[in-house]
Amino acid sequence: MSSLGIAFALLGAALAALLAGIGSAIGVGMAGEAAAGAITEEPGRFGKVLILQLLPGTQGIYGLLIAFITLTQIGIMGGSAEMSLAKGLLYFCACLPMGFVGLWSAIRQARASVASIGMFCKRPETFGKAIILPAMVETYAILALLISILSIFGIGGLNI
Amino acid sequence: MSENLYTFAVTRLRSKELELLNGPFIDQLIGCKTHEDCRRLLGEKGWGKPEESDEEVLRAQRQKTWELMGELVDDLSVFDVFLYPADYHNLKTAIKMVCTGASAEGVFVESGSIPREVIVQAVEEHDYSPLPEEMRQAAEKAFRVLLHTHDGQLCDILLDRAALCATLKAGKASGNELIAGYAERTVAAADIKTAVRCAGMKKKKSFVQDALAPCDSLDVSALADAAIKGIDAICEYLQYTPYADAIEQLRESPSAFERWCDNLIIREIRPQLHNPFTIGPLCAYILARENEIKTVRIILAGKRNGLSEEFLRERAREMYV
Repeated sequence: MSSLGIAFALLGAALAALLAGIGSAIGVGMAGEAAAGAITEEPGRFGKVLILQLLPGTQGIYGLLIAFITLTQIGIMGGSAEMSLAKGLLYFCACLPMGFVGLWSAIRQARASVASIGMFCKRPETFGKAIILPAMVETYAILALLISILSIFGIGGLNI
Repeated sequence: MSENLYTFAVTRLRSKELELLNGPFIDQLIGCKTHEDCRRLLGEKGWGKPEESDEEVLRAQRQKTWELMGELVDDLSVFDVFLYPADYHNLKTAIKMVCTGASAEGVFVESGSIPREVIVQAVEEHDYSPLPEEMRQAAEKAFRVLLHTHDGQLCDILLDRAALCATLKAGKASGNELIAGYAERTVAAADIKTAVRCAGMKKKKSFVQDALAPCDSLDVSALADAAIKGIDAICEYLQYTPYADAIEQLRESPSAFERWCDNLIIREIRPQLHNPFTIGPLCAYILARENEIKTVRIILAGKRNGLSEEFLRERAREMYV
């Protein structure tokens, strides 16, 4: 049973990195296509559209962070990797917010980024506003990140 | 996923949309004193050089649009719905040319989806296999009718109806709301115009029925019944259709109705200015370019013939941007 605990904890870490990473890959790719369209017509826009393209990439970093913290906490990166099934399931659940919210928010943020790139192409003076709109989606990725981090550190202190 | 979203293409078009002619520019163009002033103003916008003829300038603009679309989309067949009228026009010209032996140089248009040489060869050799299936049947029938009856009008009706049916079918098959809506509006507008013309010429019901192409927003049987009764009956029927607002224009003149139809399409595609995905903004751009080419053609022809500003303002279309 103790080996099942570590397996679930590791699965949680993998899901956080995997789902958020997939979301970011899709998102950055989608925004990249839009950015390429914008740069084709006006190469001077590169610097600004690059920022908009990178916005959906943060979820992948958050997923990596959660996976890294989980691996450290469960002893995979060093120390004892022994844990109960209950604790393993708790780590698994703690990783889920980052995985799912990361996946979904990265894709939605990419759509907002693409729309903002279009807006910037038409009205270059609106760049500030164009960044804020997709950045709003980031809020929910950060909330998920916070919940996952708090849960992972909280589980570490539990004696089950 | 992104292939259907046309992300690259739409963002590129967002920059291109800035170069489209807008309402104030069209007003400025109409306000020009002479044809030369118009050409100078258009030249400043990149519309041709002074030594080019008006038609050359307009043709170059259309070519520019399709070259851009060729860069943005791998398979241009998604835009076939916009090219069918040109294909069927070329087919009509080829059939008349072959049947009568008259020269048709200058009558063919180059903006179709099928090269005109293919169409001419198919008609000359009576081998319609290189043409799309629906076009094959229509071409065969129209050729036979013209050869046996020498009735050019009947031949035109057959091919016009076939073109409308093909447009509607392509619109529905596209799976895109904008293309389907455009096809529906095009067919309905053509049906209404045909019904009005038939009413004016007091045509028989069977003739009207043969000329009208079925569509979803009109009951062509009821429209044909109305057409044999006259323009008042057509207007009365249209009151209960989505084209009720067009009745006033229809009574005014065919060109006023045509302008109403063009403006309706422009209003319907305008939301695409804010749509960052799908093929919709690309189609809207094509229609917007066609609309501005049509408007510029009207203004240039008007200026060349010394028509008044008021006359031109009544005929100028609403712009997309």
